[in-house]
Amino acid sequence: MTPRGRRRRRQTGQISSGAAWLWLAPATALILGVVLFPAIQLFRASRGEYSITGLRTGDAGWSNYTAVLNHPSLEVVVRNTVIWVVVVVAATILISLGLAQLLIKQFPGRRIVRWAVIVPWAASLIITSQLFVLLYDYNYGIINHLLKKVGLIETSIDFLGDDRLTLASMIVVGIFVSLPFTTFVFIAGLNAIPGDVMEAARVDGASAWKRYRHVTLPLLRPALMVASVLNVIYVFNSFPIVYTLNDRNPGYAHDTTITFMYKLAFESQEKDVGMSAAAGIGNVLLILVVIAVYMKVVNWQEQTR
Amino acid sequence: MSAAPTSTRRVGTTLLGVLVALVFLAPYLVMVLDSLRTSTDVKTTPPSILPRQWQWDTYATVIGDGRFVNWLQTSLLVAFGSTALVIVVAIPAAYMTARYRFRGRMAFLVVVLITQMFSPTALVVGLYRQFFELNMVNTYGALILTNAGFNLAFAVWILHGFFSSIPVEVEEAALLDGASRFQILRKVMLPLTRPGLVTATIFTFIAAWNEYIVALTLMLDDAKKPLTVGFRSYVTGYEQHWDQLFAASVIAVVPVVILFAIIEKHLVGGLTAGSVK
Repeated sequence: MTPRGRRRRRQTGQISSGAAWLWLAPATALILGVVLFPAIQLFRASRGEYSITGLRTGDAGWSNYTAVLNHPSLEVVVRNTVIWVVVVVAATILISLGLAQLLIKQFPGRRIVRWAVIVPWAASLIITSQLFVLLYDYNYGIINHLLKKVGLIETSIDFLGDDRLTLASMIVVGIFVSLPFTTFVFIAGLNAIPGDVMEAARVDGASAWKRYRHVTLPLLRPALMVASVLNVIYVFNSFPIVYTLNDRNPGYAHDTTITFMYKLAFESQEKDVGMSAAAGIGNVLLILVVIAVYMKVVNWQEQTR
Repeated sequence: MSAAPTSTRRVGTTLLGVLVALVFLAPYLVMVLDSLRTSTDVKTTPPSILPRQWQWDTYATVIGDGRFVNWLQTSLLVAFGSTALVIVVAIPAAYMTARYRFRGRMAFLVVVLITQMFSPTALVVGLYRQFFELNMVNTYGALILTNAGFNLAFAVWILHGFFSSIPVEVEEAALLDGASRFQILRKVMLPLTRPGLVTATIFTFIAAWNEYIVALTLMLDDAKKPLTVGFRSYVTGYEQHWDQLFAASVIAVVPVVILFAIIEKHLVGGLTAGSVK
């Protein structure tokens, strides 16, 4: 082995796979216990018939699946989900590109601004959502108050009660809480671009926009991919925002497939565990597809090689 | 380049930075201000930016409230329990996968990645069924296990990265001295990975502290709810304590934001493991 190869070597050596798995056993048991078994339980429940109190009363075959597919609200729920995911992720990516560009510049107080941007990421989503319920309020909300004060509107807007605005109001909060993570991924991506590449483009006389378009963006591609796919998963899975901001509206008019599933089991009149589980299997399959896309587009291998 | 335009630009950048900070902080400033006014003041039209009457004792009221103490205890217990479990379980897994090549290693890492992508949300009905059948609804154990399982991946990636960056020679020297693998891990490797351990600990703690949907589903007994589920009981059809709701929110958010800022440097690496160099 050459000295250079030796220095780059990172592994200690061989081990029998039996001994190795002993070290992985606790982690594997935990994953089996709270991820795999519940997934199996979910599938079993989707094929069962349940009483309103949650007791299994018999087998349902595939009837829960047909019930979900024939549910009168399914179409609007799927449409909401697509709009929710696409708009939140697209807007988050665009705004974060700008924010990252700002936050890599040197200016006094940059650290403090970065900390401020972290806050919606660190704060519990349910607390932020509950906060926005009041901020949006028709009578007491500060957003309506300020909009009236600057003369943009004359009468209050019912952000969470008006059917045309509810989804849009939720999307704004969705973007707000997705910005920090995305911005920090882009900051990491921008920091990884070698300084001399930008310098060379500047010396060649490329304008700032041209440099951004033809040098920065292509080099940022891996970060863009990761941020897009991870955000699709996070936003799709997002529960507290839709659940809380849409709290007072009856029915499923503003639900996504995730809150739809939850309400079917725990909050609807019928409390139908089997049907909810069938909807859950649908959600799980969608997520698995996105994970497969993620591993493909980012060419995922474990970290070190 | 002359100094003047550069410094003008710097002022512009700084102003923009202040504006960005304000936009991100504004909702939370409202939260703090609402915790310092009376509940009727929160619900007054038109709203005022500053409290019409400052009310400082809401925090004392909340901390003295038995319900709040119960919620806080649950949150602390679940967050500490999940974190301890994650660390204990993640260390051997991260060490083994970072240092050795063996059959099934890649499969294990792929499964870990999948658990990271899967929030418990999509599986919540299955989780409920499982713990219902095990008679573990309303138990802290169910919440601790679930939080630990879904946050294991981050800790594994972070520790894996730190273990990989330690030169093999360090370990080989210890091996020659006759130390066992376990001794090497404990006495040589772990002290060298302290920043990774701190990051993994804080991240798991915050994730468990902030968790909502599993707790909402499993913890039906009011006394056993964590803060994220309990705090909403301050405003229901029966009582309207907006001041207390927001004071409880501030208590739940502020410590976590400070902890989060500490580990900011390592966050992106752990969340995008294996995909961004």
